[in-house]
Amino acid sequence: MKQNTNKTSKPQSCPSSHLLPLHFLTSTQKSEAGQLFPVDTFFFHLFLFLTAGKWHMSEKNSLVILVVTPGCDQFPSLESVENYTLTINDEQCFLLSETVWGALRGLETFSQLIWRSPEGTFYINKTEIEDFPRFPHRGLLLDTSRHYLPLASILDTLDVMAYNKFNVFHWHLVDDPSFPYESFTFPNLTKKGSYNPATHIYTAQDVKEVIEYARLRGIRVLAEFDTPGHTLSWGPGVPGLLTPCYSGSHPSGTFGPVNPALNNTYEFMSAFFLEISSVFPDFYLHLGGDEVDFTCWKSNPDIQAFMKKKGFGDDFKKLESFYIQTLLDIVSAYGKGYVVWQEVFDNKVKVQPDTVIQVWREKMPVRYTKEMELVTSAGFRALLSAPWYLNHITYGPDWKNIYMVEPLAFEGSPEQKALVIGGEACMWGEYVDSTNLVPRLWPRAGAVAERLWSNKMLTNLDFAYKRLAHFRCELLSLQIPANTRPHPKQESLEVSPPPRNFGV
Amino acid sequence: MAGSALWFSLLLAAAFAGRATALWPWPQYIQTSEQSYTIFPHTFQFQYHVSSAAQVGCSVLDEAFQRYRDLLFGSVSFHFPQPMGKWHMSEKNSLVILVVTPGCDQFPSLESVENYTLTINDEQCFLLSETVWGALRGLETFSQLIWRSPEGTFYINKTEIEDFPRFPHRGLLLDTSRHYLPLASILDTLDVMAYNKFNVFHWHLVDDPSFPYESFTFPNLTKKGSYNPATHIYTAQDVKEVIEYARLRGIRVLAEFDTPGHTLSWGPGVPGLLTPCYSGSHPSGTFGPVNPALNNTYEFMSAFFLEISSVFPDFYLHLGGDEVDFTCWKSNPDIQAFMKKKGFGDDFKKLESFYIQTLLDIVSAYGKGYVVWQEVFDNKVKVQPDTVIQVWREKMPVRYTKEMELVTSAGFRALLSAPWYLNHITYGPDWKNIYMVEPLAFEGSPEQKALVIGGEACMWGEYVDSTNLVPRLWPRAGAVAERLWSNKMLTNLDFAYKRLAHFRCELLSLQIPANTRPHPKQESLEVSPPPRNFGV
Repeated sequence: MKQNTNKTSKPQSCPSSHLLPLHFLTSTQKSEAGQLFPVDTFFFHLFLFLTAGKWHMSEKNSLVILVVTPGCDQFPSLESVENYTLTINDEQCFLLSETVWGALRGLETFSQLIWRSPEGTFYINKTEIEDFPRFPHRGLLLDTSRHYLPLASILDTLDVMAYNKFNVFHWHLVDDPSFPYESFTFPNLTKKGSYNPATHIYTAQDVKEVIEYARLRGIRVLAEFDTPGHTLSWGPGVPGLLTPCYSGSHPSGTFGPVNPALNNTYEFMSAFFLEISSVFPDFYLHLGGDEVDFTCWKSNPDIQAFMKKKGFGDDFKKLESFYIQTLLDIVSAYGKGYVVWQEVFDNKVKVQPDTVIQVWREKMPVRYTKEMELVTSAGFRALLSAPWYLNHITYGPDWKNIYMVEPLAFEGSPEQKALVIGGEACMWGEYVDSTNLVPRLWPRAGAVAERLWSNKMLTNLDFAYKRLAHFRCELLSLQIPANTRPHPKQESLEVSPPPRNFGV
Repeated sequence: MAGSALWFSLLLAAAFAGRATALWPWPQYIQTSEQSYTIFPHTFQFQYHVSSAAQVGCSVLDEAFQRYRDLLFGSVSFHFPQPMGKWHMSEKNSLVILVVTPGCDQFPSLESVENYTLTINDEQCFLLSETVWGALRGLETFSQLIWRSPEGTFYINKTEIEDFPRFPHRGLLLDTSRHYLPLASILDTLDVMAYNKFNVFHWHLVDDPSFPYESFTFPNLTKKGSYNPATHIYTAQDVKEVIEYARLRGIRVLAEFDTPGHTLSWGPGVPGLLTPCYSGSHPSGTFGPVNPALNNTYEFMSAFFLEISSVFPDFYLHLGGDEVDFTCWKSNPDIQAFMKKKGFGDDFKKLESFYIQTLLDIVSAYGKGYVVWQEVFDNKVKVQPDTVIQVWREKMPVRYTKEMELVTSAGFRALLSAPWYLNHITYGPDWKNIYMVEPLAFEGSPEQKALVIGGEACMWGEYVDSTNLVPRLWPRAGAVAERLWSNKMLTNLDFAYKRLAHFRCELLSLQIPANTRPHPKQESLEVSPPPRNFGV
């Protein structure tokens, strides 16, 4: 990122002190800049209502946006170009971007450049910005299974994600404790698997709303349906799907992971992921694959027989691989790419070379930097999450550790480094619900956002602190309309109080 | 009451999976059955017994009746005519309250008796208490006994409760200096404190970062010492409102004005009050603790604490006295000269003692008692024997259990806070450690144990403001509340978890009027998600 802000340019005081608040008007105009490549031009006007008539050189009444490549109705993708340049000088107030997604990033930056004097006048400084993300996948995971999160919490999160230039909402929809996703193919999954099928579910309409709300902010929705483990909530709605655990020679009444020995399982998964593939437009699905406990499989005589038949011996990793490979083939046939948790790689499941491996384990089986090395040296693309489990809290300004993580700090060739497509902040829901989500998430996740967007060399904590504290105040002031009561959107900064010098 | 009888009744009650077992904090003695009575909101009344010392017009109870009616049945007023038909044995249309001792316009004190008995049976629905403060505790318990069927009918089970607090001082500290807390945050906290039977709001009003208390004697303290003298202060009216809001809930307000350290924010408003630090032979431009060498300092403190003594009605003031850094004093030639003159040698603890003793004498002269942080005791300041020592240091200079032993063996009353710094957060259900603290688990005679008057949960403000106060405070502080109220033998974490989780849901449901948006009053439980059995 190149940024050149003219610090010396003093705010020009306005000819009148009776300025009304700025009114923002947007309009779109189609114009043709060439036959082969029609250019969409957006005019984004800033109207200043002045008592005196003339515009001064020192006033700006519009931001002009030029998007090079057409495409307003599509979805953002991993390949979307988010570059933009923003030019505020005597001649122009101009935002240039390759795509609408880049224009969104530039608008966010533009909004952060505008400031207000104590008298209430709005200003923007002479500025030249050329900006682009360091990594194309900058994600945030919310877990809506361990605790249900109201739709409003998700939408609010998407807003603040956009302020932080996050571009992937990793939606960990279902897990052991509950199945809030409303499936139209298998309605019993939701009816019998949600905390409350009347109130604690995401309807088809909710899901659509999340996807569109995210799209309008340039955010992809990466849906995760984790199998074969983490699936206890699937059981009640799909009898026979889970493996019955045995105690000696009798079923114990408890269940384990998805039963990989039955054809029915794969028929179910085919039908289920057909639905998922059509509901979620992103090219990628997250298929989970983490933490498969073999205890139950080992106890079950049918599984044992299946192992024998397949010649897996005692190696349950082979059984896991068998399941996951079959699942990946199903999902591939639907034209989807996939992201999986690192165990799939660790357990040597044969996956397609374009699989994305998400590294989440901090120290086991190896330190996460080593894992990044191994994953990329095997030629797979990698996503880093291990040091960014934001649900883990400690006392004090822990955003600093989050901020100082360097995703490429591992042994490897430049080609390996190039395989790291980004990372994700994770907010697991064991102890998180809508009552404490916001102060646990913001602005801590902002530290991840800057690490994934900005230049690698940006590691000065004092510089970060000042901006993060300011950004927090902006969030607070933006989102408390008038009430003095704390509003859920108030962000909490786990840093020191605002600097205050008494001169003593 | 025999311990074994209590344990039996506890188990007996727990054996019923009914709503009565959701009480928080758990009462000293309870017998409950599955027999339930219907309550009709439109006819239900709180009534004063004819023999009650408190009658209609008693502000504390009249307002409590209204509050609990709203909490239980919503704020709609029910003025339906009495049904013409007969009352059934299985219906309850009133709770009758009998308060033995008169006194509705006073303030609660450390000596206030909070005992009550609550009897819900075929014959009566009766709350008996020595004082109005005990009646408040009983009303809270009563409100927690009422439950609602899925069809919306209100019920209360046949129940017999005899209850009293284990410790008379059950406090919660809020720090309004490091981050300012809006008045609404304080009032909301007082509400939830009352649900938890806390009875002391320890208001750490001022500290190094800011001075939000509006002093009428020294207005410059606030003007020059607050974060923002227009918005980030507590006016005289605000302070009155807090005190009255607390009083109506049976909560004392223990105001703390910490000196001689933690006073940087006092400096700008009172030139000369703080010690100028020296770098070599010249003032460095920075300041240290209050300057104990000047007569002006004590004149100021006399005038300031005269105001404080009249503004805050509680008998006790908290005078701080913690963490005095001697570096600046050591650097200052005037202080050095004063030390020499007084014959203190190089022992700056003697200087600290000199300051604090003088201050204590000032405050004593205003007829106040005082609480101080443990350093005052550790540094061997000569204090009056009725001083209360608050133990806050976990491991240094000694482990807090040892400190409790030392404080009480010296004959002082003690307050425990060391294991209850709730601002310190860790991942997961840390309420369990908070809950399992036993305040009397130290070596000492029964006389020493009797000197422990209670404890306080502390919510320091370094990283806490109104945006994260509520989920950090509740229900974690509830674990402290039960430890200080309920019987010592109540240490079963599963039993506590079930009730605490239920209590959290009650708080949530009580205080989200209709909006699905999270409301600041939503309490966050650092425990597992609601139990969910799939039968798989």
